[in-house]
Amino acid sequence: MRPFTYLRAQSPAEAATLAAQVSGARFIAGGSNLLDLMKLEIETPAYLIDVNDVGLDRIEAAQDGGVRIGALVRNTDLAAHPRIRKDYALLARALLAGASGQLRNVATTAGNLLQRTRCPYFYDPNQACNKRQPGSGCAAIAGFSRQLGLIGVSDACIATHPSDMAVAMRALDAQVETIKPDGSTRTFPLSELHRLPGNSPNIENSLAPNELITAVTLPRPLGGTHIYQKVRDRSSYAFALVSVAAIVQKDGRGCIALGGIAPKPWRVERAETEMPNGAKAVVGQLLDGATPTHDNAFKLLLVERTLAAVLAQAREQA
Amino acid sequence: MKFDTPAQTNPIDQLKVIGKATTRIEGPLKTTGQAPYAYEHHDAVANQAYGVVVGAAIAKGRITSMKLEQAQAAPGVLAIVTAANAGKLGKGKYNTAKLLGGPEIQHYHQAVALVVAETFEQAQAAASLIDVQYQRSDGAFDLRSVQASGVEEKEQMADTLHGDFDGAFAAAPVQLDATYSTPDQAHAMMEPMASMAAWDGDKLTLWTSNQMIAWSVDDLATTLGIPKENVRLISPYIGGGFGGKLFIRADTVLAALGARLAKRPVKVALTRPLIFNNCTHRPATIQRIRIGATADGKITAMAHEGWSGDLPGGKVELAAQPSKLLYAAENRRVTMRLSTLDLPEGNAMRAPGEAPGMMALEIAMDEMAHKLNIDPVQFRILNDTQVDPVKPERPFSQRHLIECLRTGAERFGWDRRHAQPGNQREGRWLIGMGVGVAFRNNLTVKSGARVRLNDRGIVTVETDMTDIGTGSYTIIAQTAAEMLGVGLDQVVVRLGDSSFPASSGSGGQFGGNCSTAGVYAACVKLREAVAQRLGVSVEDAEFVDGHVRVGEQNLPLRDAARNGELVAEDAIEFAELSKKFQQSTFGAHFVEVAVDSATGETRVRRMLAVCAAGRILNPTSARSQVIGAMTMGVGAALMEELAVDRQLGFFVNHDLAGYEVPVHADIPHQEVIFLDETDPVSSPMKAKGVGELGLCGVSAAIANAVYNATGIRVREYPITLDKLLDKLPPMS
Repeated sequence: MRPFTYLRAQSPAEAATLAAQVSGARFIAGGSNLLDLMKLEIETPAYLIDVNDVGLDRIEAAQDGGVRIGALVRNTDLAAHPRIRKDYALLARALLAGASGQLRNVATTAGNLLQRTRCPYFYDPNQACNKRQPGSGCAAIAGFSRQLGLIGVSDACIATHPSDMAVAMRALDAQVETIKPDGSTRTFPLSELHRLPGNSPNIENSLAPNELITAVTLPRPLGGTHIYQKVRDRSSYAFALVSVAAIVQKDGRGCIALGGIAPKPWRVERAETEMPNGAKAVVGQLLDGATPTHDNAFKLLLVERTLAAVLAQAREQA
Repeated sequence: MKFDTPAQTNPIDQLKVIGKATTRIEGPLKTTGQAPYAYEHHDAVANQAYGVVVGAAIAKGRITSMKLEQAQAAPGVLAIVTAANAGKLGKGKYNTAKLLGGPEIQHYHQAVALVVAETFEQAQAAASLIDVQYQRSDGAFDLRSVQASGVEEKEQMADTLHGDFDGAFAAAPVQLDATYSTPDQAHAMMEPMASMAAWDGDKLTLWTSNQMIAWSVDDLATTLGIPKENVRLISPYIGGGFGGKLFIRADTVLAALGARLAKRPVKVALTRPLIFNNCTHRPATIQRIRIGATADGKITAMAHEGWSGDLPGGKVELAAQPSKLLYAAENRRVTMRLSTLDLPEGNAMRAPGEAPGMMALEIAMDEMAHKLNIDPVQFRILNDTQVDPVKPERPFSQRHLIECLRTGAERFGWDRRHAQPGNQREGRWLIGMGVGVAFRNNLTVKSGARVRLNDRGIVTVETDMTDIGTGSYTIIAQTAAEMLGVGLDQVVVRLGDSSFPASSGSGGQFGGNCSTAGVYAACVKLREAVAQRLGVSVEDAEFVDGHVRVGEQNLPLRDAARNGELVAEDAIEFAELSKKFQQSTFGAHFVEVAVDSATGETRVRRMLAVCAAGRILNPTSARSQVIGAMTMGVGAALMEELAVDRQLGFFVNHDLAGYEVPVHADIPHQEVIFLDETDPVSSPMKAKGVGELGLCGVSAAIANAVYNATGIRVREYPITLDKLLDKLPPMS
């Protein structure tokens, strides 16, 4: 770990300002991913701006009938919140499918969105990785890629975004609120937060330098049956091979987002019009253009079968 | 004490303490954080500095340059050890690759430097400032691609060719010819390899985490080129080893070298991402099994041919070995071939040979039972043998495999299993049951101990035996308590110090039986010394309740030490009995699984092991051993695999997030039954081992249950869902 200067901010605006005043700052909240990356010197911030004192730890009703989740709300608290459990069960289920109890106790809403890939080549500084060291190449594509992505990926990077929470939020049409060092704020769809890798997989999101996420908002509840099905090699404490977040209405329509297969929560709205026609029809559009590796080609069939099971379960529960 | 005839009745047979379920005596120390592990001897010496190991970035080749200047100038750095300044190093008998590489690199993450600094963080930061340039050379990283070049290693395992296998197999009316594979596996023990070294002149004291103290003293002395009398190893508590700590590793040698160079005590723990490639692993195997049988299920021909790889001069994974002894067959071929691979060093992991061998053999037996249309339990019973099939004059000392199978089948409800696979469904879940035989040979190894009695009646046992979480402290205390007629609270056990008599150590599931037999031998001597001091005849003396009874006399035991502590030392030495008798342990694993018919995820629902393994010294710790092994077997069956990058030549998933082992949610209710058995041929304790037995055959039982649930036969471990997915029933 490289030496760093540790600062503690008292408000979101102060955090963004502090970060802008220095070079090489990183915000830290739960630190459940950032500290690991710092130990491996994959992240080498000169400054850590601790945001745990800035507030943003509440879940509030929004005026439009939706809900506003502070950036610092812990995953455990979010999953247990009565309003979330009642109206956004998909989100509670996705959260509880992620990480472990100890990690969920410290992991925050914004930190979960901004966690980095778990590609093993990214975590081994001896290996070529365009995300860690732009231009060095990608050892994963010709290497061991069972866990990695097959759509939205590029010749430069096939890493996946590892979050479960974000997949549910994507299906729920979440918005992200931020503040910049100049004090300006903005709100934009979660779908615009994560970038696809293209030729610059080191740039993972659309945030401006030192822009701080302050909240995630969910629109009015969508109703329907909420199912989060996470498929993995062991029962807990494993990243998804594939996950399916689905909200299915009584008439068979709804929305679907996938995890474990792409650099961002994967949702293709036009594929959802096929939902009444079954999983195969949906997946045909949802994964159109997929470029799997030899190791992860099984995920195509796995997505289809998992989605079929989810739709069947939704019919039973409807 | 020479053990050359089967044990007669002895004080252990009283079973006042031995055989009683006893929680571990050092448990409170561990649960309150007072049992120091290797990295935690904070007060043992002053002025401790910290070492961090730098691992090679390539799998094979040479270091062309190494720039240390930046690291040397970094804050807190005291010394940097490399091959260039380490002096001439030897190589221990039990190591294959060098523990400090350079300029030649033999495997990925082979240590190339140790940075010593005032703090761990400083050492870690400086380690990344070392600039190493390499010249890669081509290597072999894929077992399949080098399989054909494999050779017989006669000293490790000579071919067993008995009768006429080819003729008998060709003539057999029912035949199976199938090939299986097991992947490279990691020990993934909780405590990392760690050592702290302190020099006093030319004498070295090393606190470490090591299963085999005497071996490791020798190997460390050889590596450093110093007399072994100058080396003291201390390893009182070990957070798991599973064979990964049988030998000295880079932490041990580099702590010693770093302390010499920095002129201060130095502690070194290997970081988790380094352990998987820097240390040893269980090598992958390919196994071809052919079984020929008569139509009524009698095996006439059995061939088990295996292939594994290792670095030059390395070890064969003796996977085919169980097929020498487990089932009757007139005609037999059992062979292993070793190829050169440039992956990290392969070596022993819990039940080496037998674990991967039984993973394959017990699927083959299931496949054959199916071909014969005979129940898999019955098929194994039909082919039991009470003698070494290749040397029929050599009986098994005890073999209650049939009883294990029958007891297990009854207790598990085996009769509810559907013989036709894919026939039982609960909603989305496909349900199946499987059986696998457990089989592991019983090894006997010389083991010594010293026993002291003081004037307060306290019995202190000293031996370099180790407790790797198995319960050695407790069974040794039970043995001394039984022998001397005192309570467990009167016994103190000191382990894991090379200044104590050399023991069997912990390996090959021989530690429990052999180390307690060594303590037995020392206690026999102490009883003689006590009797002599008290002026009574030892033949007539009974040691009961802290007293020595002879007829009407009832003398306090402590009186024997009134004029000074009594000390007795002896070792158990095993003679010819293992040649006259085949000593093995047996068991049967029964498993029920559910497979998600949509996703192919397999979840184990019930597990039962029935074991016949001689006297069970402590049912509590023995059960812990077996359920731990069953858990490891779930991992081997369903998820554990060191993923090889076949181009770059290393294990990619080198941390505990990538190398998945079972979590609590993967493990259902586990039941263990020990058959009531004593084996007088094994030792005066009449015990054997269970720690490895519990692993052998579990994974195959799971594989067979998956087959029973789905009708899909997977012959390549681990049985991950991608191997089932395209064969599962179509989705409606």
